[in-house]
Amino acid sequence: MTTLTDPPKESFRLSMLIYDTRYRSMTIQVVALIGFLIAIGWLISNTANNLAELGKEPSFGFLWEPAGYDINQRLLDYNSQSPHIRAAVIGLMNTLVVAVLGCITATVLGVTIGVLRLSKNWIIARLMTIYVESFRNVPVLLWIVFAMAIITETLPQPKDFRGEDAIATMKLGDSVAITNRGVYIPEPLFSSGIGDVSVFNDAFEVSLDLMAILALLGASLVISGLIKKRADQIQAATGVRPTTWYARLGVIVIPMAILLYVLGFHLGYPELKGFNFTGGTHLRNSLIALWLALSLYTAAFIAEIVRAGILAISKGQTEAASALGLRPSRTMNLVILPQALRVIIPPLISNYLNLTKNSSLAIAVGYMDLTGTLMGITLNQTGRELETVLLGMLVYLTISLSISMVMNWYNNSVKLRER
Amino acid sequence: MSEVSFVRTEMLPEQAPPATTVGFVGWIRHNLFTGWFNSIATVLSMLVIYFVLSKILPWMFMSSWSAGSLHECREAIAAAYGEHHEGACWAVIRERWIQLFFGFYPSELYWRPILAFFSLFVALGPVLFAEYVPKKLIWFTAIFPFFGAWLLWGGSIWVPISAILGFVLGYVAYRVITPILGSLAGVIAAAAVPVLWWIALASLFASSLESIIPLGIEAVESRKFGGFMLSITIGVVAIFGSLPLGIVLALGRQSDLLIVKALCVGFIEFIRGVPLITLLFVASTLLNIFLPPGTNFDIILRVLIMVTLFAAAYMAEVVRGGLAALPTGQYEAADALGLDYWKAQRLIIMPQALKISIPGIVSTFIGVFKDTTLVSIIALLDPLGLLAGIRADSNWNGIVWELYGFLALIFFIFCFSMSRYSMYLERKLQTGHQ
Repeated sequence: MTTLTDPPKESFRLSMLIYDTRYRSMTIQVVALIGFLIAIGWLISNTANNLAELGKEPSFGFLWEPAGYDINQRLLDYNSQSPHIRAAVIGLMNTLVVAVLGCITATVLGVTIGVLRLSKNWIIARLMTIYVESFRNVPVLLWIVFAMAIITETLPQPKDFRGEDAIATMKLGDSVAITNRGVYIPEPLFSSGIGDVSVFNDAFEVSLDLMAILALLGASLVISGLIKKRADQIQAATGVRPTTWYARLGVIVIPMAILLYVLGFHLGYPELKGFNFTGGTHLRNSLIALWLALSLYTAAFIAEIVRAGILAISKGQTEAASALGLRPSRTMNLVILPQALRVIIPPLISNYLNLTKNSSLAIAVGYMDLTGTLMGITLNQTGRELETVLLGMLVYLTISLSISMVMNWYNNSVKLRER
Repeated sequence: MSEVSFVRTEMLPEQAPPATTVGFVGWIRHNLFTGWFNSIATVLSMLVIYFVLSKILPWMFMSSWSAGSLHECREAIAAAYGEHHEGACWAVIRERWIQLFFGFYPSELYWRPILAFFSLFVALGPVLFAEYVPKKLIWFTAIFPFFGAWLLWGGSIWVPISAILGFVLGYVAYRVITPILGSLAGVIAAAAVPVLWWIALASLFASSLESIIPLGIEAVESRKFGGFMLSITIGVVAIFGSLPLGIVLALGRQSDLLIVKALCVGFIEFIRGVPLITLLFVASTLLNIFLPPGTNFDIILRVLIMVTLFAAAYMAEVVRGGLAALPTGQYEAADALGLDYWKAQRLIIMPQALKISIPGIVSTFIGVFKDTTLVSIIALLDPLGLLAGIRADSNWNGIVWELYGFLALIFFIFCFSMSRYSMYLERKLQTGHQ
């Protein structure tokens, strides 16, 4: 009869750190950590030595010194006496402006093109393929500077709008002027507005008119949502869906119209005075070029994502929906899209992220985004390359990581529950 | 009684389908004019195509190829095709294309980048089209990195030879030490000996051999590199540097070793979270601060390192996708066969994971090649950087479409052929279940 015996107790030997797989992973990790710490320490000591040699003390104090340069495209008050930190914030807001504008247009364009690429119409499908291939295979920086060159070289100058027989005319009933310095569009004005309020020790001026409009819009959307919910309940209970579109539209439009009337809303049109346009909102040529190029470029990628997403849904789904008696529009809304979005959204968001990162190429056309202010002029004026570049990277990293967090949250919320 | 049949006894010959459903007409009806909506769309797109072509074709072909300036160009076109015709001024391409391809590389040495470019294809042959080229060519592929760099930068031939010698010494050390001290010591020696050689002895070896047998070609400074030559150099180095680095990072990210994993995740997420342009700023302004005082190495080398690291982070994510897509059964089967980690990776996991990730890898390659244009922002003279100079030239002031169109076309040819190659490769490696 055999008895079960314990394996001989092995005492720990030093060589087991290398030859025993139980300990080897520990060894590797410790070696990696030590190597990493040595590398970091080496970099930091080099940096300290170099900075000492150059007579620079790493500090962020320069951020509160007057910037001394002007920023032509801005959302907040700014003048050349404002501190560098404010210039950086303005730059960040410009980055976000072009990113948001770009994401919206890229999505609209991309979805349209992606769907049209699947069209049964041969010629349209081919045209869209040509669009996608030609925009995807050429660098985005080339598109940006190309767009800028086209705008500055081929569009009319403001002086061309002068005189009796002007070469160029304003578009859309004299309200929009497209020039090589940018596009002038009407601006919203409030003749009896509530005014602005300063927050954070006069750091920012917040327009109360805008706040009121946004608050009202939010409230209207909530009420509209409630109406929809009630319609859903009625449909679930009785099988008949009450017609609600006029109520849902009215609850948004009518209060807004009243508020705008009370605030004295009107448009300020751009006018030609002297050699340039005054009044209206001036979208600079750099913003237009960047916006256009980024959205056209990203749209090509989004189109491919949308196409792949739709193709990923098997044909049986459509057929099953038809067999259940759903109309084509409801098939799309209730069956295809919810499934396709699961495939489409994650790469879509990562393309938004790419667009935001690509907006840093603004520096090539002189649009004052974060790269242009903090890592551009501020760097050159203060000579603080270490602090500015690290701070700029940190800001971009924050933006990227928050977008990835949203993406992970979404991925988890739509994950198929497997049993 | 005669036989009466009420049913036809012989088959009728098949009739041809209606003329409107077959052939050209049928194709047109089926693809272009199904229903009123499609018909309108077809007509509209034809109008758009006509409009675009009617603008572009005369502009392209009724143009001027020989002139010294934009002004002369316009005059020549007006003389040839009438006052109001707008034609392209291709003369600028004819005058500057060499510069756009080679930058300020000395013109008597153009054969070197050209030879390097074509030997790149010879070197790629065994990798890209393995079944069509002799196996022996792989040796050329192995020495190409040194040979190509030597052709481009020139200088003494002993420098690349001493660099190769490092690898040879590493191999010899592995072979000598493994039988004596075991495989782990062999691997450590194979890694340590070349590093020691390169740090301590290589330059001494090269310079002493150079003084005994001076053998070399004229050296060219990095700042003379420019145009597409620069783009391709950066692109190729980044592409082939990033693949192994990316695989290592992906394995690190997938591994069970907590610290190694954390380091890899940190590196990948950091690099992917910041725009490339900020990394190029690091290359151009900060790298000198991070390195020991007095180090001052070439800007192109710094850019190469940064672009390679950048591409490696993206490559790591692509490879990780391939690793994650592999069924767990493959890992378990490798374990069941008793393979250790590296054998399992080399024989089972990697060949399949890399095959799955080919589309992603190639699109990363394309992205890296397109991103090489960013170096124009830190004042390197890639095609876009050269373009700014040409447009500022008083002779060509005001020229837009011809130059940008030309650059876009060249980039398109490179990137498009890469994407077609990836499709070919996908089809070739398609072994599995449809």
